[in-house]
Amino acid sequence: MYLFFLNQELTLTDKTLLKPSRPVGIIGYGAYVPRYRLPAREVARIWTAGQGGLPIKEKAVPGLDEDVVTMSIEAARNAMARAGVDPTQIRAVWVGSESHPYAVKPTSTIVAEAIGAAPRVQAADLEFACKAGSEAMVAAMGLVGSSMADYAMAIGMDTAQGKPGDALEYTAGAGGAAFLIGPAEEALVEIEGSFSYVTDTPDFWRRENQKYPEHSQRFTGEPAYFKHITEAAKALMQATNTIPADYQWAVFHQPNTKFPQKVASMLGFCKEQIAPGLLVSVIGNTYAGASLIGLTSILDVAKPGDRILMVSFGSGAGSDAFAMRVTARLPERRDLALKTSDYIARRTEIDYATYIRFRGKLAMK
Amino acid sequence: MEISRHWRIRQQRYNLVGEICPYCEAKIFPPRDVCPDCGHEAKTEYAFSGLGEVYSYTTIYDPPAGYEEYAPYTVALIKLQEGPLVTAQMTDLGDTPVQIGMPVEMVTRRLREDGDERGILIYGYKFRPAFRN
Repeated sequence: MYLFFLNQELTLTDKTLLKPSRPVGIIGYGAYVPRYRLPAREVARIWTAGQGGLPIKEKAVPGLDEDVVTMSIEAARNAMARAGVDPTQIRAVWVGSESHPYAVKPTSTIVAEAIGAAPRVQAADLEFACKAGSEAMVAAMGLVGSSMADYAMAIGMDTAQGKPGDALEYTAGAGGAAFLIGPAEEALVEIEGSFSYVTDTPDFWRRENQKYPEHSQRFTGEPAYFKHITEAAKALMQATNTIPADYQWAVFHQPNTKFPQKVASMLGFCKEQIAPGLLVSVIGNTYAGASLIGLTSILDVAKPGDRILMVSFGSGAGSDAFAMRVTARLPERRDLALKTSDYIARRTEIDYATYIRFRGKLAMK
Repeated sequence: MEISRHWRIRQQRYNLVGEICPYCEAKIFPPRDVCPDCGHEAKTEYAFSGLGEVYSYTTIYDPPAGYEEYAPYTVALIKLQEGPLVTAQMTDLGDTPVQIGMPVEMVTRRLREDGDERGILIYGYKFRPAFRN
């Protein structure tokens, strides 16, 4: 029975695509990457005597006073600077992350207060591993697309956890992005529609009160990452009647450099299409922020008329795929906030000991 | 417990919201409801741009209770573009040396936790080297 469902072909109907009756888009976007970088060779120096391949060049590490709250605030302020919208018009602030600083007390209320959106606002924290940010975008599309609200802020941000010495310690990075979703006629990027593909697949998890996540090694590839991304992307392209060549740019969830390159080629996308959004080698895997910040990097270079495909992946597992088209407004608004490349260029390298201190891995009592 | 105090001043802390004097237009931070320049009542809210420069600074090696995990850190007097001097921590310095006259910008960061790891997290303004000078 289980296998039957896994192999079940998706049947397309006019309800396949999530497409609101009122067209929606991205009114403002903003990225954030903290200043510090831990080279992957530093992790190898400590745990493998410098032997073996490295999955990325380096990852971004948050400073001592940074967390998902402060990082979301800065990304959201960048999005608001590009949007030029009165913050009291925002009717939802949704923050997706797997590293919310509180177990109980919303990140989103602090962010809403800091960007001036409180108190007439929906606010909640979302959790779906690396897909929590794109889920917030789908929810925002629904709220705006139903005309219940004109603007909703969707954020994906993480300060990812990695067990010392684990394979994930090389890549578990920090960063993310914020998108103000609103009516298409004001948008820098129109969202043509989305499609999500979700199953119960236990590839990666962290139990309550555990500091570090667990993962099921090679199981994370085929049945999890590749299956969900390809299914979501293929269904989205069928439903929008598009092929990879119709898209100037594509961005996929990026836990390492190999997976997004492989899934791109499986789907028929070339290296040039994914190049500007492929940031994992210089900032690490930013989990709920990963595909979203890749999209901001594409928006920093995209031209009006360009089509963009974005597909997230969250363990547990699921993918959200989005078809987007850049409007003539993007070039006029782009320079109103710091670019993703500005944050990547601001870089201070740290050693493993400083990293351990910054990430609170030293027992002080 | 000082939760109520932190809660009451959250807009000032998160967004550098001060006051402007309706009589002489002096910008006031932190808010005190009386204009320090002309002595009139001044209760009109005013959001500062967050831009300024370092007026003076010092590095703390022996921090007060609650700030131990951040030491050593730099505290600066920041001359805001709109006039007032604000005391705040510097952040995101990396290997950048602090200098008098250095352009800075406000960011909202974690200041400390209330008590221990069970207490609320307190967020507020700090300043970092300006991205765009």
